[in-house]
Formats: sequence, structure tokens, C-alpha cells
Amino acid sequence: MDIPFWNREIETAERSRIEELQLQRLRQTIGWALKTVLYRKRLAQVGINSPDDVKSLGDLRRIPFTTKDDLRVSFPKGHLAVDMADVLRIHSSSGTTGIPTVIYYARDDVDNWTDLLARSIVATGATSADVFQNMMTYGFFTGGLGLHYGAERVGLTVIPIGGGNTKRQIQTMKDFQTTILHVTPSYLLHIHSKLGEEGVRLEDLSLHRAFIGAEPHSENTRRKIQDLLHIEAYNSYGLSELNGPGVAFECVCRKDMHVWEDAFIAEIVDPKTGEVLQDGQEGELVLTNVVRRATPMLRYRTRDLAFLHPQGCDCGRTHRRLSRILGRTDDMLIINGVNVFPSQIEEKIMKIPEVATNYQIHVDKKGALDRLTVKVEIYPKLFLGEVSKLEALKRRIVEELRASITISPGVELHEPGSLPVFEGKAKRVVDERPKD
Amino acid sequence: MAKQLTIFVENRAGRLKSISENLHRNHIDIRAFTIQDRGDYGLLRLIVDKPNDAYLALADVGCACALKDVLAVSVPDQPGNFHLLTSALAADGINITDAYGFVLQPHKLGICCMEIEQSQLPKAAEIVRRAGFTVMEDEELYTL
Repeated sequence: MDIPFWNREIETAERSRIEELQLQRLRQTIGWALKTVLYRKRLAQVGINSPDDVKSLGDLRRIPFTTKDDLRVSFPKGHLAVDMADVLRIHSSSGTTGIPTVIYYARDDVDNWTDLLARSIVATGATSADVFQNMMTYGFFTGGLGLHYGAERVGLTVIPIGGGNTKRQIQTMKDFQTTILHVTPSYLLHIHSKLGEEGVRLEDLSLHRAFIGAEPHSENTRRKIQDLLHIEAYNSYGLSELNGPGVAFECVCRKDMHVWEDAFIAEIVDPKTGEVLQDGQEGELVLTNVVRRATPMLRYRTRDLAFLHPQGCDCGRTHRRLSRILGRTDDMLIINGVNVFPSQIEEKIMKIPEVATNYQIHVDKKGALDRLTVKVEIYPKLFLGEVSKLEALKRRIVEELRASITISPGVELHEPGSLPVFEGKAKRVVDERPKD
Repeated sequence: MAKQLTIFVENRAGRLKSISENLHRNHIDIRAFTIQDRGDYGLLRLIVDKPNDAYLALADVGCACALKDVLAVSVPDQPGNFHLLTSALAADGINITDAYGFVLQPHKLGICCMEIEQSQLPKAAEIVRRAGFTVMEDEELYTL
């Protein structure tokens, strides 16, 4: 098999060389981190006051974890390590309780990120001859712009169409003979189900590959996508706190995702004790970004459950492979690729006086797509017997949630006292999506 | 003015039964009812003999319900009468937000119940009377 590389030297480097790079870059990152309000104090507490205090990679374990909550508390600039004049770009994601998290990128950071994506794209066998239709949302969300820049660097023809509008997606795939899609698995299946309606056959298209990410999916879903569309589907992993896509990507072997270890130090820890686990053991993925100056990120708790493969890969890359995401350690929901915390929904609907205190978040599938329905009880004291007021209430809930989580949910109104009452809020979520 | 009891009801099996059961237990006599269907829920609208008692009985078990004044007009069962009624209201720019009709037995008396914005209700009643119709007061309506 002919294995394509973007940077063969780095991608196939000996482990010792990778670790040497990691240590050198970790030290540099510590220097950047010491400039932030977030890390200065907590590094000092473990005796790290300068990059020289980190002698080996083992010293990483002395550093406390960073959580999404830390980023929320340090919003907006507590974790910024450079002058704003040196910031080239900002990406942001909605927080669990209304306060967003923000990541700053200096020029070098965007450049490094772009390079990791170029590496990821080439690892799948894509070349400058490919036509790349980027169906991920552009904007604050990192999925769209990240792959866009990477694809341009490799020299693919990029179609920056963004998310949604299935009719236009299909027409564009046909008009420009798209060869690669970047898309969530559920949306890709949705598109497939609409091809017939648009009078388009697979033979009218030139699809070869899809980069699928932003939502968890099973091996069966990948197989289904490959069989239905006669393409190769490659898993992609990333999260906005660690740049976005390009943390880990599948190579032509399609047997789980290489973590680009010259840029990220990956650890798997016991989510309860924080103890670092062995390769092959399932636990929470913890990532340290060692090539980002504007927003250093040390030992970030991703809340994603996964494991690292102990053995190498047939492609010859030495960077360890990350399993697909097996679950979450928190109650985050991923709905059509969008991360949603139940607390975000609760915060919005509990502010509306006509809604009583009980509610339920219901997720299921409609066709290939996820469907979110928010069920609320109406508050009897504010019931005036008018349909127009009830319909306005529904619209208000939809608008509030669209503004906060970017998804328009279905809203069901229920009688007071009719929804099941639970003590923990996790029970308020009913997820009826098939696990496979 | 006649009172209408409006009850929020989820659209699923057994919900209406729980309401009718409650009203029956409290000796409420239903004179007329209609349901406004909105898909996942509906509004059950009732004309009953003891609206206040019915309201309290339902509110007591946590039902979302409301009492409101409606314009109940007796419309003798003759061709063109409904048109006369709506014309009179339209001539003065009164909007009927919702309406339903029923016939009270054994008198075969046609009644048209209209929901009209509360601030316009007295004016609407006056217009209807001027047009020759009888506006039913609550006691009248419940004891027929």
C-alpha cells in the first residue's frame, strides 16, 4: 500500500524523538502559561515557576487538571498569554450555564493548527486534485474554518458551503463533482436519504471520501455510510478547547485516529481519581496542547471516554491511535453535532414565568437526524385560557433556546404535574436514539 | 355576562376522562362543550351550570384552567340569523377571536358563544342587543 504523508519525518519519528519534542515544547508552553492569570498561581503551587522546573515529561503529572469550568471562571482573558494585538483569531463555544468559553489564536497558533489539519487530510489519501465540500458550520464553531484552512494548505479545491440546506448541498455535490465531504455522520445519512427526492443518483456524483466528526457514532454507522454512498469514511476528533478538529484523525487504515503527539500530549485518566491509566485502558482523555502560544492548555479534561491503542499502525505512523469516543463523563448531549448541556436548556426555560418547575428534555431520531424536544409543564396560575398566549409561549421557548444552543427544538406543552418528577437533573433527559 | 371555563388538556388517552370524572363527582352539569385542538394539546371549553364551583374543583387538583366572560347570544334557528349577528359586529369593527354554537334542548334554542377581546366585550354586547339579539346572562344560560 502506498502511504501518503504530509510530514513523514515527524509522523514516523521514533517514540524517543516524539517525547523529546514533547518535553521541549511542554517547557515552552509552561513559559507561555506562566503569563496567564489562570496558570501562574496553580503552577507556582506545585513548584513550577519557570520552564526549567519541568525536568521530564513525568513532571506533567504534577500539574493540576484544567476543566471547562476553569475556562468559564477565567472568561474572558484569564487564560490569555499574549497581547490582544498578537491575537489573530477568536473561537468560542457556549458554556454549560450561559458563560461561553473562548480560545485565542496567535498567528503561529493558526499556522500550527492548519498544518495539523493538512497532515490529517493527507493521511486519508486526499490530494490537491480533490474537491472538498465543507458542510460544517463556519463561524465561532471550529469545525468549519479549521478544515477549510487545512484543505487549502494541501491545495484541495475548497467549497465553503457551510451547514444545512440539503437541496443546495446535493446540487453543489453534482455541479462541482465534489470528491470529499466534511460532515456529521447523521447529516450525511440524511443527505443520502434525500438524493432520490432531488433526482440525483450516486453515479451522477464523484464522491470518494467523507471526513466524519463532531458527534459520536459507532463502527456500524461508519460501515452503513460507506456501503450506502460507496465511499471511505474517516473519523475525526477534536474539541474547541484544543483548537478544534485536527487533534486526532484516521489514516488510510481507518483503524482509529492518530493523535498528533508532537502537538498534543494525550493521557487517559480514571475519571473519578484522576490517576493516569495504561494504554489500552478506557478512561477520560486528558490533553495538553504544546504548540499554542495565545491560549496554553495544560491537562485539559475533555470529559470524553476513550482509550489509546498500545500497538502501532500498519501505516507506519508512530503517533498513538485514539479509539472512537465511547461516552462522556458528564451529561453533555451531542445533537446533530452541536454540544448541548441540559443545564443550558434549564437555565433558559426556568426564566419563563409561564413555565412550571418541571420539564423534560427528549432526544430521538427523525430519519437520520437527531430531534430535540423540550417538554414543559404550564404554570396554572398564569394560564388565561387563550391559545394565542400558549402558542406565543411555545415560540418564545424556541427562540430562547435557538439563541442559546443554536438548535430549534420542538416544544410540547404539558399539564401541570404530568411529567415525571425526578430528583437528579440527569433523569430529566430521555435519550431514545438507538445506541447503534 | 356568561362564563366559560377553559381547561388545558394534553392530547393523550384518558385526559378528558379525568376531567369529566372530577366534574361529575362535584355535581357539575355540562351544558355545552367544544375542544380547540392544537396538536400536542387542546383547550376544552365548557359552559356549565356552576362555573365557579367547577373552576375550584379543577384548580384544586392542579388543573390549568381559567374562567372568562364570553358573549353568549341566543340566535333563533332561522336562515340568515348568524349572518345578521356577524354583520352587526363587523360593522363596528369587533373581532370575534373564537366562536362556537350549540342548541339547548328541549327548547331548541340556538346559542352562539363568542370569545371577544375583554375590553371590547361591553361594546359588543351592546351592538348585538341593538341588532335585536338577546345576550344571555349567566344564570339564564345555566338554568335553561
